[in-house]
Amino acid sequence: MSTTDVATRAEVGSVLHRAPAGAKLVGLAVASGALLLVRSPTGVLLAAVAVLAAYAAGRVGPRAAWSQLRPLRWVVPVIFVVQWLTLGPAQAAVLSARLVMLVALAALVMLTTRTSAVLAAIERGLAPLGRLGVDVGRVALVLSLAIRSIPVLAALATRVRDAGRARGRERDVRAFAVPLVVGALRQADALGDALRARGLDD
Amino acid sequence: MTGCVVELEDVHVRLGERDVLRGVDLVLREHRVGVVGANGSGKSTLARLLNGLVLPTRGSVRVDGQDTARHGATVRRRVGFVFTDPDAQIVMPTVAEDVAYSLRRHRLGATEADRRVHEALDRHGLAGHADHPAHLLSGGQKQLLALTSVLVTEPQLVVADEPTTLLDLRNTRRVARELLALPQQVVLVSHDLDLLADYDRVLVVDDGRVVADDEPGPAVAHYRKLMEREP
Repeated sequence: MSTTDVATRAEVGSVLHRAPAGAKLVGLAVASGALLLVRSPTGVLLAAVAVLAAYAAGRVGPRAAWSQLRPLRWVVPVIFVVQWLTLGPAQAAVLSARLVMLVALAALVMLTTRTSAVLAAIERGLAPLGRLGVDVGRVALVLSLAIRSIPVLAALATRVRDAGRARGRERDVRAFAVPLVVGALRQADALGDALRARGLDD
Repeated sequence: MTGCVVELEDVHVRLGERDVLRGVDLVLREHRVGVVGANGSGKSTLARLLNGLVLPTRGSVRVDGQDTARHGATVRRRVGFVFTDPDAQIVMPTVAEDVAYSLRRHRLGATEADRRVHEALDRHGLAGHADHPAHLLSGGQKQLLALTSVLVTEPQLVVADEPTTLLDLRNTRRVARELLALPQQVVLVSHDLDLLADYDRVLVVDDGRVVADDEPGPAVAHYRKLMEREP
């Protein structure tokens, strides 16, 4: 998820923003299941209209939507070509469109829901597993840390790349990978300490 | 606000092959305690002992009579900790969510938690940033967020380990002002000697020992003299 979009989601008061996180997650699961049943170009068209309507209901603009879908710009063409070669152009188009719509729907949920609300909903949903000994709070914590680590690691990667460039080693994989891994491990250590200091591991 | 009584008795800390602290005996009950020392002197380890982040290899640390080795969770409820790098302690994506995360263990209702979060953000000048991504704040704002996330749980003692090292002068002053104005007891580890001028007591740590323990004037003078020596 784009990091700057987190700021905008709380400032918009659409129906989707107000809907409970649990309901949105269930809706996402149902919609994803329904999308898997779509096999014809007409079905894809109808599904695309529905996805666009959902974005309109969430008052999410094209720029925010593109920021979520942008990572697919490399993956989808590869999948499309492979599918074309194996299943033909029509099926390739249907499969690729389904993938884009699945990601778009997941992104819409994240764009219109606070991370804490998603985690609380997941925690509630997983609560029955607590009886089987699963530490549900810890699962939610791991998820929140994974989300929070994306911008932190991206910033670390930028710093490491800049340091490599400054020393004229921009193409040296080792000069990039070693400080990145060491930095990530240090960051993880520091975060562990911070969690313990805040009493979240007690 | 009532402070804590922190007692360190013959504390040794050995990390790997190195004796980081060697036989530290202290009783801390002052409202403002500063700690200074060279890099690697053991001052951060001393700070980390106070809320059980580091446990003594020998000796004991007690906060209001509670041993950090046996009652770590109870001690951490009384002693909050602010780290040097705020990026390492921000857990949630947005400012308000991060502050709210500290309250999880308090099991408050949503309305009460929300009220306390916004009250804390308001008090520390972050009210306008409640829904902003935490990692996009300036360094000073991040450190204020880290401090707010600690203070929202209402600890009796706040330990801050070089919280201004990564900040510019304006933000250093701002964080220092915030710390000084807290009703809580504060233990501040810092290289910035000016910040400790208004403190009640300053400890100088060198090579794993507390080598001076005095009011800011004489303690800082001792530290300056120490730093003039060749290593």
